[in-house]
Amino acid sequence: MMYDLKEHVIKFLQRGLRVDGRKPLEYRDISIETGITKNAEGSARVKIGETELIVGVKMEVGSPYPDTPAEGTIIVGAELLPLSSPEFEAGPPDIQAIELARVVDRGIRESRAVSFKKLCIEPGKKIWMCVIDVVTVNDAGNLFDAAALGAMAALKTARFPEYDGEKVNYKKLTDKGLPIEEEPISVTVLKIGEHFIVDPSTEEEKVYDARLTVAIMSNGDLCALQKGGDAAVTEEEISQMIGIAVDKSKELRKHLSAI
Amino acid sequence: MESKLLIQDKEIAVPGEILAEGMDFVPGPGTYRIGETIVASRLGLVQVDGRALKLIPMSGKYMPKRDDTIIGQVVDILFSGWRVDINSAYPGMLNIKDATSDFVSKGADLTQYYTFGDYIVTKITNVTSQKLVDLSMRGPGLKKLKGGRIISVNPSKVPRIIGKQGSMVSLIKEATYSRITVGQNGLIWIDGEPENELVAIEAIRKIENEAHLAGLTEKVKEFLDANKSRIKEVEMKPEEPEEQPERFERFDRERPRYGDRPRYNDRPPRREGDRPFNRRRFS
Repeated sequence: MMYDLKEHVIKFLQRGLRVDGRKPLEYRDISIETGITKNAEGSARVKIGETELIVGVKMEVGSPYPDTPAEGTIIVGAELLPLSSPEFEAGPPDIQAIELARVVDRGIRESRAVSFKKLCIEPGKKIWMCVIDVVTVNDAGNLFDAAALGAMAALKTARFPEYDGEKVNYKKLTDKGLPIEEEPISVTVLKIGEHFIVDPSTEEEKVYDARLTVAIMSNGDLCALQKGGDAAVTEEEISQMIGIAVDKSKELRKHLSAI
Repeated sequence: MESKLLIQDKEIAVPGEILAEGMDFVPGPGTYRIGETIVASRLGLVQVDGRALKLIPMSGKYMPKRDDTIIGQVVDILFSGWRVDINSAYPGMLNIKDATSDFVSKGADLTQYYTFGDYIVTKITNVTSQKLVDLSMRGPGLKKLKGGRIISVNPSKVPRIIGKQGSMVSLIKEATYSRITVGQNGLIWIDGEPENELVAIEAIRKIENEAHLAGLTEKVKEFLDANKSRIKEVEMKPEEPEEQPERFERFDRERPRYGDRPRYNDRPPRREGDRPFNRRRFS
Protein backbone atom coordinates (compact mmCIF):
# COMPACT_ATOMS: atom_id res chain seq x y z
CA MET A 1 0.00 0.00 0.00
CA MET A 2 2.93 2.33 0.69
CA TYR A 3 4.01 1.61 -2.87
CA ASP A 4 0.53 2.59 -4.07
CA LEU A 5 0.73 5.86 -2.16
CA LYS A 6 4.11 6.66 -3.64
CA GLU A 7 2.81 6.06 -7.14
CA HIS A 8 -0.11 8.32 -6.36
CA VAL A 9 2.10 11.11 -5.01
CA ILE A 10 4.32 10.88 -8.10
CA LYS A 11 1.29 10.97 -10.38
CA PHE A 12 0.37 14.29 -8.77
CA LEU A 13 3.91 15.65 -9.00
CA GLN A 14 4.06 14.89 -12.70
CA ARG A 15 1.22 17.37 -13.11
CA GLY A 16 3.02 19.89 -10.92
CA LEU A 17 0.68 19.27 -8.00
CA ARG A 18 0.91 17.92 -4.47
CA VAL A 19 -1.57 15.57 -2.83
CA ASP A 20 -2.83 18.43 -0.67
CA GLY A 21 -3.20 20.78 -3.64
CA ARG A 22 -0.04 22.81 -3.14
CA LYS A 23 2.67 23.54 -5.71
CA PRO A 24 5.85 21.44 -5.30
CA LEU A 25 7.86 24.35 -3.90
CA GLU A 26 5.17 25.94 -1.80
CA TYR A 27 5.23 26.22 1.97
CA ARG A 28 2.11 26.04 4.11
CA ASP A 29 1.23 29.07 6.23
CA ILE A 30 3.88 29.79 8.84
CA SER A 31 3.28 31.53 12.13
CA ILE A 32 5.68 32.14 14.99
CA GLU A 33 4.66 33.21 18.48
CA THR A 34 7.30 34.06 21.04
CA GLY A 35 7.33 34.34 24.80
CA ILE A 36 4.71 31.68 25.30
CA THR A 37 6.01 30.05 28.47
CA LYS A 38 6.60 31.64 31.83
CA ASN A 39 9.37 29.38 33.08
CA ALA A 40 11.69 29.43 30.09
CA GLU A 41 14.07 32.32 29.46
CA GLY A 42 13.05 32.28 25.82
CA SER A 43 10.33 30.39 24.03
CA ALA A 44 8.50 30.10 20.72
CA ARG A 45 5.60 28.27 19.19
CA VAL A 46 5.90 27.56 15.48
CA LYS A 47 3.11 26.45 13.22
CA ILE A 48 3.63 25.34 9.65
CA GLY A 49 0.17 24.42 8.45
CA GLU A 50 -1.05 21.79 10.90
CA THR A 51 2.43 21.11 12.21
CA GLU A 52 3.01 22.70 15.57
CA LEU A 53 5.89 22.66 18.02
CA ILE A 54 7.16 24.52 21.03
CA VAL A 55 10.77 25.48 21.71
CA GLY A 56 12.08 26.59 25.08
CA VAL A 57 15.47 28.03 26.00
CA LYS A 58 16.85 27.65 29.51
CA MET A 59 20.06 29.35 30.67
CA GLU A 60 22.23 27.42 33.12
CA VAL A 61 25.60 28.09 34.66
CA GLY A 62 28.06 25.24 34.31
CA SER A 63 31.70 24.42 33.84
CA PRO A 64 33.27 24.59 30.36
CA TYR A 65 34.62 21.66 28.36
CA PRO A 66 38.36 21.23 28.99
CA ASP A 67 39.22 21.85 25.31
CA THR A 68 37.28 25.13 25.14
CA PRO A 69 37.78 26.72 28.56
CA ALA A 70 36.60 30.17 27.50
CA GLU A 71 33.50 29.21 25.59
CA GLY A 72 29.91 28.66 26.56
CA THR A 73 27.82 26.03 24.83
CA ILE A 74 24.40 25.03 23.61
CA ILE A 75 22.59 21.77 24.23
CA VAL A 76 19.67 20.85 22.00
CA GLY A 77 17.15 18.20 22.91
CA ALA A 78 14.06 17.16 21.01
CA GLU A 79 11.09 15.29 22.32
CA LEU A 80 8.58 13.73 19.94
CA LEU A 81 5.54 13.48 22.16
CA PRO A 82 3.19 10.55 21.51
CA LEU A 83 0.27 12.98 21.37
CA SER A 84 1.68 14.61 18.26
CA SER A 85 1.64 11.57 15.97
CA PRO A 86 0.48 7.94 16.09
CA GLU A 87 4.01 6.96 15.08
CA PHE A 88 5.70 8.37 18.18
CA GLU A 89 6.17 6.30 21.31
CA ALA A 90 6.86 7.44 24.85
CA GLY A 91 10.28 6.77 26.27
CA PRO A 92 13.86 7.87 25.72
CA PRO A 93 14.56 9.79 22.49
CA ASP A 94 14.62 7.49 19.49
CA ILE A 95 16.70 7.90 16.37
CA GLN A 96 14.22 10.36 14.83
CA ALA A 97 14.30 12.64 17.87
CA ILE A 98 18.09 12.47 18.08
CA GLU A 99 18.43 13.38 14.41
CA LEU A 100 16.02 16.31 14.78
CA ALA A 101 17.94 17.64 17.78
CA ARG A 102 21.31 17.21 16.11
CA VAL A 103 20.26 18.91 12.89
CA VAL A 104 18.92 21.89 14.85
CA ASP A 105 22.07 21.94 16.98
CA ARG A 106 24.38 21.81 13.99
CA GLY A 107 22.60 24.63 12.19
CA ILE A 108 23.02 26.93 15.17
CA ARG A 109 26.52 25.77 16.11
CA GLU A 110 28.11 25.86 12.67
CA SER A 111 26.65 29.22 11.71
CA ARG A 112 28.00 30.61 15.00
CA ALA A 113 24.54 32.01 15.63
CA VAL A 114 25.27 32.30 19.35
CA SER A 115 28.67 33.70 20.23
CA PHE A 116 30.09 31.03 22.51
CA LYS A 117 32.88 33.34 23.64
CA LYS A 118 30.37 35.82 25.00
CA LEU A 119 28.67 33.06 26.99
CA CYS A 120 31.81 32.71 29.09
CA ILE A 121 31.58 34.07 32.63
CA GLU A 122 34.97 33.06 34.06
CA PRO A 123 37.39 31.23 31.73
CA GLY A 124 38.00 27.67 32.80
CA LYS A 125 35.48 27.93 35.62
CA LYS A 126 32.03 29.12 34.70
CA ILE A 127 30.11 29.46 31.51
CA TRP A 128 26.52 29.89 30.41
CA MET A 129 24.98 26.75 28.99
CA CYS A 130 22.09 27.40 26.72
CA VAL A 131 19.66 24.48 26.79
CA ILE A 132 17.26 24.43 23.85
CA ASP A 133 14.35 22.01 24.08
CA VAL A 134 12.08 21.20 21.18
CA VAL A 135 8.71 19.64 21.98
CA THR A 136 6.33 18.59 19.22
CA VAL A 137 2.65 19.32 19.64
CA ASN A 138 1.44 18.02 16.28
CA ASP A 139 3.41 16.37 13.53
CA ALA A 140 1.89 17.03 10.13
CA GLY A 141 5.27 16.90 8.42
CA ASN A 142 8.39 19.04 8.20
CA LEU A 143 9.46 19.07 11.83
CA PHE A 144 13.03 19.89 10.77
CA ASP A 145 12.30 23.33 9.36
CA ALA A 146 9.82 24.15 12.10
CA ALA A 147 12.24 23.16 14.87
CA ALA A 148 15.12 25.15 13.44
CA LEU A 149 12.88 28.17 12.98
CA GLY A 150 11.49 27.82 16.52
CA ALA A 151 14.94 27.42 18.05
CA MET A 152 16.17 30.64 16.44
CA ALA A 153 13.01 32.51 17.43
CA ALA A 154 13.34 31.32 21.02
CA LEU A 155 17.04 32.22 21.14
CA LYS A 156 16.34 35.69 19.76
CA THR A 157 13.79 36.43 22.46
CA ALA A 158 15.67 34.76 25.33
CA ARG A 159 16.89 36.91 28.23
CA PHE A 160 19.61 36.14 30.76
CA PRO A 161 18.30 35.50 34.26
CA GLU A 162 19.82 37.40 37.17
CA TYR A 163 23.11 35.93 38.32
CA ASP A 164 25.07 37.13 41.33
CA GLY A 165 28.13 34.98 40.81
CA GLU A 166 26.80 32.13 42.88
CA LYS A 167 23.18 31.51 42.23
CA VAL A 168 20.92 32.05 39.27
CA ASN A 169 17.66 33.77 40.08
CA TYR A 170 15.26 32.43 37.48
CA LYS A 171 12.44 34.53 38.93
CA LYS A 172 14.03 37.68 37.54
CA LEU A 173 15.14 38.11 33.98
CA THR A 174 17.52 40.88 32.99
CA ASP A 175 17.10 42.98 29.85
CA LYS A 176 20.21 41.43 28.40
CA GLY A 177 19.54 39.21 25.43
CA LEU A 178 21.69 36.39 24.16
CA PRO A 179 24.69 37.23 21.97
CA ILE A 180 23.02 36.40 18.64
CA GLU A 181 25.34 37.08 15.73
CA GLU A 182 23.79 35.12 12.90
CA GLU A 183 20.38 33.80 11.92
CA PRO A 184 20.57 30.46 10.16
CA ILE A 185 17.50 29.13 8.37
CA SER A 186 16.96 25.45 7.71
CA VAL A 187 15.14 24.29 4.60
CA THR A 188 14.47 20.63 3.94
CA VAL A 189 14.19 19.56 0.33
CA LEU A 190 12.73 16.13 -0.46
CA LYS A 191 13.23 14.03 -3.52
CA ILE A 192 10.33 11.82 -4.54
CA GLY A 193 10.91 9.99 -7.81
CA GLU A 194 12.53 12.66 -9.95
CA HIS A 195 10.73 15.51 -8.26
CA PHE A 196 11.82 17.94 -5.59
CA ILE A 197 9.48 19.35 -2.97
CA VAL A 198 9.76 21.47 0.15
CA ASP A 199 7.68 21.43 3.34
CA PRO A 200 6.50 17.80 3.11
CA SER A 201 3.21 16.58 4.53
CA THR A 202 2.94 13.38 6.57
CA GLU A 203 2.05 11.37 3.47
CA GLU A 204 5.02 12.68 1.54
CA GLU A 205 7.34 11.95 4.45
CA LYS A 206 6.23 8.32 4.28
CA VAL A 207 7.22 7.85 0.65
CA TYR A 208 10.22 10.12 -0.02
CA ASP A 209 13.42 8.77 -1.54
CA ALA A 210 15.93 11.27 -0.26
CA ARG A 211 15.93 14.32 1.95
CA LEU A 212 18.44 17.12 2.35
CA THR A 213 18.27 19.65 5.16
CA VAL A 214 20.26 22.77 4.33
CA ALA A 215 21.10 25.44 6.88
CA ILE A 216 21.65 28.83 5.28
CA MET A 217 23.17 31.93 6.83
CA SER A 218 21.91 35.45 6.23
CA ASN A 219 24.47 36.13 3.47
CA GLY A 220 23.38 33.02 1.62
CA ASP A 221 26.30 30.84 2.68
CA LEU A 222 25.65 27.28 3.71
CA CYS A 223 26.63 26.17 7.18
CA ALA A 224 25.24 22.68 7.55
CA LEU A 225 23.81 19.81 5.51
CA GLN A 226 22.02 16.67 6.54
CA LYS A 227 21.07 13.96 4.11
CA GLY A 228 18.43 11.39 4.91
CA GLY A 229 16.43 8.73 3.13
CA ASP A 230 17.39 5.48 1.42
CA ALA A 231 18.07 6.70 -2.10
CA ALA A 232 21.38 8.09 -3.28
CA VAL A 233 21.56 11.56 -4.82
CA THR A 234 23.93 12.70 -7.52
CA GLU A 235 26.17 15.73 -7.24
CA GLU A 236 23.97 17.55 -9.70
CA GLU A 237 20.85 16.76 -7.69
CA ILE A 238 22.47 18.04 -4.52
CA SER A 239 23.30 21.39 -6.10
CA GLN A 240 19.75 21.56 -7.42
CA MET A 241 18.35 20.85 -3.95
CA ILE A 242 20.66 23.44 -2.38
CA GLY A 243 19.53 25.98 -4.98
CA ILE A 244 15.90 25.38 -4.01
CA ALA A 245 16.76 25.63 -0.32
CA VAL A 246 18.66 28.92 -0.70
CA ASP A 247 15.76 30.32 -2.67
CA LYS A 248 13.17 29.23 -0.12
CA SER A 249 15.23 30.41 2.86
CA LYS A 250 14.53 34.02 1.85
CA GLU A 251 10.84 33.37 2.37
CA LEU A 252 11.38 31.82 5.81
CA ARG A 253 13.83 34.51 6.85
CA LYS A 254 11.08 37.13 6.66
CA HIS A 255 9.22 35.34 9.43
CA LEU A 256 12.32 35.19 11.61
CA SER A 257 13.39 38.79 10.97
CA ALA A 258 9.93 40.00 11.97
CA ILE A 259 10.57 38.93 15.57
CA MET B 1 -39.69 16.04 42.21
CA GLU B 2 -41.21 17.71 39.23
CA SER B 3 -39.65 16.85 35.89
CA LYS B 4 -38.09 19.69 33.99
CA LEU B 5 -36.49 19.92 30.55
CA LEU B 6 -33.40 22.13 30.69
CA ILE B 7 -32.62 22.22 27.00
CA GLN B 8 -34.56 22.91 23.83
CA ASP B 9 -34.89 20.61 20.85
CA LYS B 10 -31.99 20.98 18.35
CA GLU B 11 -29.79 22.81 20.81
CA ILE B 12 -26.13 21.91 21.12
CA ALA B 13 -25.07 20.10 24.29
CA VAL B 14 -21.58 19.50 25.62
CA PRO B 15 -20.46 16.40 27.54
CA GLY B 16 -21.56 16.63 31.18
CA GLU B 17 -24.33 19.11 30.48
CA ILE B 18 -27.53 18.37 32.37
CA LEU B 19 -30.31 18.01 29.85
CA ALA B 20 -33.31 17.27 32.07
CA GLU B 21 -34.29 16.66 35.63
CA GLY B 22 -36.78 14.17 36.91
CA MET B 23 -37.82 10.63 36.10
CA ASP B 24 -40.36 11.60 33.42
CA PHE B 25 -37.60 11.73 30.84
CA VAL B 26 -35.68 8.77 29.52
CA PRO B 27 -32.05 8.79 28.36
CA GLY B 28 -31.52 7.78 24.71
CA PRO B 29 -28.29 7.25 22.74
CA GLY B 30 -25.56 9.71 23.68
CA THR B 31 -27.06 10.46 27.07
CA TYR B 32 -27.11 8.77 30.46
CA ARG B 33 -28.83 9.11 33.81
CA ILE B 34 -27.19 10.15 37.07
CA GLY B 35 -29.61 10.03 39.98
CA GLU B 36 -32.66 11.87 38.69
CA THR B 37 -30.91 13.91 36.00
CA ILE B 38 -30.11 13.13 32.39
CA VAL B 39 -26.62 14.12 31.26
CA ALA B 40 -25.07 14.41 27.80
CA SER B 41 -22.11 12.10 27.17
CA ARG B 42 -20.99 13.62 23.86
CA LEU B 43 -20.94 16.90 21.98
CA GLY B 44 -23.93 17.13 19.68
CA LEU B 45 -27.44 18.19 18.83
CA VAL B 46 -30.19 17.29 21.29
CA GLN B 47 -33.35 15.74 19.96
CA VAL B 48 -36.37 15.75 22.24
CA ASP B 49 -38.65 12.96 21.11
CA GLY B 50 -41.56 12.95 23.53
CA ARG B 51 -40.11 11.67 26.78
CA ALA B 52 -36.92 10.38 25.19
CA LEU B 53 -33.80 12.54 24.90
CA LYS B 54 -31.44 11.67 22.07
CA LEU B 55 -28.14 13.20 21.17
CA ILE B 56 -26.78 13.25 17.63
CA PRO B 57 -23.00 13.44 18.00
CA MET B 58 -21.12 16.15 16.10
CA SER B 59 -17.67 14.75 16.78
CA GLY B 60 -15.91 11.76 18.22
CA LYS B 61 -14.20 8.57 17.27
CA TYR B 62 -15.96 5.88 15.28
CA MET B 63 -17.93 3.33 17.29
CA PRO B 64 -18.10 -0.02 15.48
CA LYS B 65 -21.64 -1.00 14.55
CA ARG B 66 -22.92 -4.24 13.04
CA ASP B 67 -23.50 -4.23 9.25
CA ASP B 68 -21.43 -1.09 8.69
CA THR B 69 -19.30 -1.11 5.56
CA ILE B 70 -15.97 0.39 6.52
CA ILE B 71 -12.43 0.91 5.26
CA GLY B 72 -9.71 -0.65 7.35
CA GLN B 73 -5.98 -1.13 7.22
CA VAL B 74 -4.34 -4.50 7.88
CA VAL B 75 -1.96 -4.02 10.79
CA ASP B 76 -1.19 -7.59 11.84
CA ILE B 77 -1.33 -11.13 10.55
CA LEU B 78 -2.41 -13.72 13.06
CA PHE B 79 -2.54 -17.49 13.11
CA SER B 80 -5.92 -17.65 11.42
CA GLY B 81 -6.64 -14.18 10.11
CA TRP B 82 -5.81 -10.51 10.16
CA ARG B 83 -6.03 -7.69 12.65
CA VAL B 84 -7.44 -4.58 10.99
CA ASP B 85 -7.23 -0.97 12.14
CA ILE B 86 -10.76 0.32 11.63
CA ASN B 87 -10.13 3.93 12.68
CA SER B 88 -11.76 3.19 16.00
CA ALA B 89 -10.59 2.61 19.56
CA TYR B 90 -11.05 -1.11 18.91
CA PRO B 91 -9.35 -3.26 16.29
CA GLY B 92 -11.30 -5.46 13.90
CA MET B 93 -10.63 -9.14 13.30
CA LEU B 94 -10.91 -10.72 9.88
CA ASN B 95 -10.87 -14.50 9.94
CA ILE B 96 -9.63 -16.55 6.98
CA LYS B 97 -13.00 -18.19 6.59
CA ASP B 98 -14.65 -14.80 6.15
CA ALA B 99 -11.91 -13.53 3.84
CA THR B 100 -11.75 -16.08 1.05
CA SER B 101 -13.55 -19.12 -0.26
CA ASP B 102 -10.24 -20.77 -1.16
CA PHE B 103 -9.02 -23.74 0.76
CA VAL B 104 -6.18 -22.44 2.94
CA SER B 105 -4.03 -25.13 4.44
CA LYS B 106 -2.59 -24.93 7.92
CA GLY B 107 0.43 -22.65 8.16
CA ALA B 108 -0.14 -21.12 4.70
CA ASP B 109 1.30 -17.70 3.94
CA LEU B 110 -1.58 -15.31 4.51
CA THR B 111 0.15 -12.32 2.92
CA GLN B 112 -0.96 -13.58 -0.51
CA TYR B 113 -4.45 -12.43 0.41
CA TYR B 114 -3.88 -9.37 2.56
CA THR B 115 -0.63 -8.03 3.85
CA PHE B 116 0.56 -5.33 6.21
CA GLY B 117 -0.59 -1.88 5.19
CA ASP B 118 -3.27 -3.06 2.76
CA TYR B 119 -6.49 -1.09 2.81
CA ILE B 120 -9.67 -3.14 2.52
CA VAL B 121 -13.35 -2.38 2.19
CA THR B 122 -14.94 -4.69 4.70
CA LYS B 123 -18.13 -5.23 6.60
CA ILE B 124 -18.69 -5.60 10.31
CA THR B 125 -20.53 -8.87 10.94
CA ASN B 126 -20.62 -8.72 14.72
CA VAL B 127 -19.69 -6.52 17.64
CA THR B 128 -19.68 -8.12 21.07
CA SER B 129 -20.44 -6.30 24.30
CA GLN B 130 -16.71 -6.32 24.94
CA LYS B 131 -16.24 -4.58 21.57
CA LEU B 132 -14.61 -7.47 19.78
CA VAL B 133 -15.24 -6.60 16.16
CA ASP B 134 -15.64 -9.35 13.54
CA LEU B 135 -15.15 -8.46 9.89
CA SER B 136 -16.04 -10.19 6.66
CA MET B 137 -15.07 -9.85 3.02
CA ARG B 138 -18.06 -11.80 1.72
CA GLY B 139 -20.47 -9.45 0.06
CA PRO B 140 -20.81 -7.12 -2.91
CA GLY B 141 -18.24 -4.35 -3.10
CA LEU B 142 -15.99 -5.75 -0.41
CA LYS B 143 -12.45 -5.86 -1.72
CA LYS B 144 -8.85 -4.86 -1.35
CA LEU B 145 -8.21 -1.27 -2.45
CA LYS B 146 -5.53 -0.77 -5.07
CA GLY B 147 -4.05 2.60 -5.98
CA GLY B 148 -5.64 5.89 -5.01
CA ARG B 149 -5.41 7.26 -1.51
CA ILE B 150 -7.21 7.44 1.79
CA ILE B 151 -8.43 10.61 3.41
CA SER B 152 -10.05 10.76 6.81
CA VAL B 153 -13.12 12.73 7.84
CA ASN B 154 -15.16 13.11 10.98
CA PRO B 155 -17.12 9.80 11.25
CA SER B 156 -20.27 11.57 12.42
CA LYS B 157 -20.42 13.51 9.15
CA VAL B 158 -20.30 10.39 7.00
CA PRO B 159 -24.10 10.15 6.53
CA ARG B 160 -24.11 13.66 5.02
CA ILE B 161 -21.21 12.83 2.72
CA ILE B 162 -23.02 9.74 1.47
CA GLY B 163 -26.38 11.49 1.20
CA LYS B 164 -29.75 9.88 0.69
CA GLN B 165 -29.21 6.55 -1.11
CA GLY B 166 -25.69 7.69 -1.88
CA SER B 167 -26.90 10.79 -3.77
CA MET B 168 -24.22 13.14 -2.49
CA VAL B 169 -21.27 10.88 -3.13
CA SER B 170 -22.48 9.95 -6.62
CA LEU B 171 -22.92 13.66 -7.37
CA ILE B 172 -19.23 14.20 -6.57
CA LYS B 173 -18.20 11.02 -8.35
CA GLU B 174 -19.92 12.04 -11.58
CA ALA B 175 -18.80 15.65 -11.48
CA THR B 176 -15.14 14.85 -10.80
CA TYR B 177 -14.75 11.62 -12.76
CA SER B 178 -13.24 10.00 -9.69
CA ARG B 179 -13.78 6.70 -7.99
CA ILE B 180 -14.80 7.17 -4.37
CA THR B 181 -15.57 4.68 -1.61
CA VAL B 182 -16.87 6.05 1.68
CA GLY B 183 -16.44 3.95 4.81
CA GLN B 184 -18.82 4.42 7.73
CA ASN B 185 -15.77 4.78 9.96
CA GLY B 186 -14.72 8.08 8.40
CA LEU B 187 -12.10 6.82 5.97
CA ILE B 188 -12.66 7.66 2.31
CA TRP B 189 -10.80 6.17 -0.62
CA ILE B 190 -10.41 8.34 -3.71
CA ASP B 191 -8.79 7.65 -7.05
CA GLY B 192 -8.95 9.89 -10.08
CA GLU B 193 -7.07 12.40 -12.15
CA PRO B 194 -4.98 14.61 -9.83
CA GLU B 195 -6.85 17.85 -10.61
CA ASN B 196 -10.25 16.21 -10.29
CA GLU B 197 -9.31 14.44 -7.10
CA LEU B 198 -8.41 17.76 -5.46
CA VAL B 199 -11.82 19.17 -6.37
CA ALA B 200 -13.49 16.05 -4.98
CA ILE B 201 -11.58 16.37 -1.71
CA GLU B 202 -12.46 20.05 -1.44
CA ALA B 203 -16.12 19.15 -1.96
CA ILE B 204 -15.93 16.51 0.77
CA ARG B 205 -14.27 18.96 3.16
CA LYS B 206 -17.01 21.45 2.36
CA ILE B 207 -19.68 18.91 3.27
CA GLU B 208 -17.81 18.06 6.43
CA ASN B 209 -17.66 21.70 7.50
CA GLU B 210 -21.24 22.53 6.62
CA ALA B 211 -22.87 19.21 7.51
CA HIS B 212 -25.28 20.80 9.99
CA LEU B 213 -26.64 23.38 7.50
CA ALA B 214 -29.70 22.97 5.32
CA GLY B 215 -29.63 22.88 1.52
CA LEU B 216 -26.30 21.15 1.44
CA THR B 217 -26.85 19.31 -1.85
CA GLU B 218 -27.51 22.63 -3.63
CA LYS B 219 -24.37 24.16 -2.16
CA VAL B 220 -22.25 21.23 -3.24
CA LYS B 221 -23.76 21.39 -6.73
CA GLU B 222 -22.91 25.09 -6.90
CA PHE B 223 -19.41 24.40 -5.69
CA LEU B 224 -18.86 21.70 -8.29
CA ASP B 225 -20.25 23.92 -11.05
CA ALA B 226 -18.01 26.79 -9.99
CA ASN B 227 -14.98 24.51 -10.18
CA LYS B 228 -15.89 22.95 -13.48
CA SER B 229 -12.99 24.70 -15.23
CA ARG B 230 -10.52 22.87 -12.99
CA ILE B 231 -11.90 19.48 -13.87
CA LYS B 232 -10.38 17.42 -16.61
CA GLU B 233 -12.89 15.31 -18.44
CA VAL B 234 -11.81 11.75 -18.72
CA GLU B 235 -13.53 8.61 -19.73
CA MET B 236 -14.35 6.62 -16.66
CA LYS B 237 -12.91 3.19 -16.76
CA PRO B 238 -15.72 0.80 -16.10
CA GLU B 239 -15.34 -0.72 -12.69
CA GLU B 240 -13.52 -3.98 -12.87
CA PRO B 241 -16.03 -6.78 -12.91
CA GLU B 242 -16.22 -7.98 -9.41
CA GLU B 243 -15.05 -11.42 -8.63
CA GLN B 244 -18.09 -13.26 -7.45
CA PRO B 245 -17.09 -15.49 -4.62
CA GLU B 246 -17.56 -19.10 -5.57
CA ARG B 247 -20.43 -20.83 -3.92
CA PHE B 248 -19.47 -23.04 -1.08
CA GLU B 249 -20.17 -26.49 -2.47
CA ARG B 250 -20.46 -28.86 0.35
CA PHE B 251 -19.79 -31.98 -1.67
CA ASP B 252 -17.44 -30.46 -4.21
CA ARG B 253 -14.74 -33.09 -4.43
CA GLU B 254 -12.50 -31.08 -6.78
CA ARG B 255 -11.02 -29.23 -3.88
CA PRO B 256 -9.16 -31.06 -1.11
CA ARG B 257 -10.45 -30.34 2.35
CA TYR B 258 -8.85 -30.50 5.69
CA GLY B 259 -9.04 -34.06 6.99
CA ASP B 260 -9.46 -35.57 3.53
CA ARG B 261 -8.17 -39.06 3.13
CA PRO B 262 -7.49 -40.88 -0.12
CA ARG B 263 -10.67 -42.15 -1.78
CA TYR B 264 -11.11 -45.73 -2.94
CA ASN B 265 -10.78 -44.69 -6.56
CA ASP B 266 -7.39 -43.11 -5.81
CA ARG B 267 -6.03 -46.56 -5.12
CA PRO B 268 -4.05 -48.45 -7.73
CA PRO B 269 -6.14 -50.90 -9.73
CA ARG B 270 -6.41 -54.34 -8.28
CA ARG B 271 -4.16 -56.99 -9.69
CA GLU B 272 -4.19 -60.73 -9.74
CA GLY B 273 -3.38 -62.15 -6.32
CA ASP B 274 -4.36 -58.96 -4.44
CA ARG B 275 -6.20 -59.26 -1.24
CA PRO B 276 -9.89 -58.68 -1.81
CA PHE B 277 -11.12 -55.32 -0.50
CA ASN B 278 -13.50 -56.64 1.99
CA ARG B 279 -11.39 -59.34 3.56
CA ARG B 280 -9.91 -58.43 6.90
CA ARG B 281 -6.18 -59.00 7.25
CA PHE B 282 -6.40 -60.57 10.68
CA SER B 283 -9.18 -62.85 11.50
